[in-house]
Amino acid sequence: MIGFIIVGFFSGIISGMGIGGGTILIPAITILWGVDQKVAQITNLIYFIPTASIALILHIKNKSIEKNILIRIILFGFIGAIVGSFLALKLDSAVLRKFFGGFLLVMGIIECFKKE
Amino acid sequence: MKKYNLKKSLIGIVTGFANGLFGAGGGTIVVPAIEKFLDVETHNAHASAIAIILPLSILSTFIYGRDVTIDWKMIIYVSIGGMVGGYVGARFLKKISSKWLHRIFGAFMIIAAVRMII
Repeated sequence: MIGFIIVGFFSGIISGMGIGGGTILIPAITILWGVDQKVAQITNLIYFIPTASIALILHIKNKSIEKNILIRIILFGFIGAIVGSFLALKLDSAVLRKFFGGFLLVMGIIECFKKE
Repeated sequence: MKKYNLKKSLIGIVTGFANGLFGAGGGTIVVPAIEKFLDVETHNAHASAIAIILPLSILSTFIYGRDVTIDWKMIIYVSIGGMVGGYVGARFLKKISSKWLHRIFGAFMIIAAVRMII
């Protein structure tokens, strides 16, 4: 229990940095506690919803959202999300875990070489 | 204009796909993409990314939920830590060099990635 809170704490810090907390949360709970890859992924999806909603309200108040780009990106995003999510369900968790690892590797390398 | 719409469509599809497949990482793609291809300024890019990823994550949650067990206890514990972490990060993190933080977390990600692949 305390372990989950600590992992959540670090993911929260990272989310604030704009790296995306899921890139820490998902590997941490699968590696440390052997949580199934898909269970870890839905955990991150749900964990994101309340936090993002609060942040979104603040951003709307501050008028920092570019409304003119949103609708098209979101609509096409739905198509991508449907394909990606069903593909995730189809794949075996062990295979999905390796794909996730590949994605994480690329993201980690990009982070290391960021100028700022 | 046509080209601009095409860029937006492609960014949407790739972001939604990755976020759906991995249950994470949509923001990591959409933030640099709208900065680079749509000339959105950095702060607004982060804010707009949340407005984009939120509906996509909700949709993916419903699709995952058909098949995957939801461990509410774990989600609640992780969220408690997450809220405190988010607050601490927002409040104190600006004092530390962000270049080194990115490198440290980048190194963590690479180590975790290797463990997941092997």
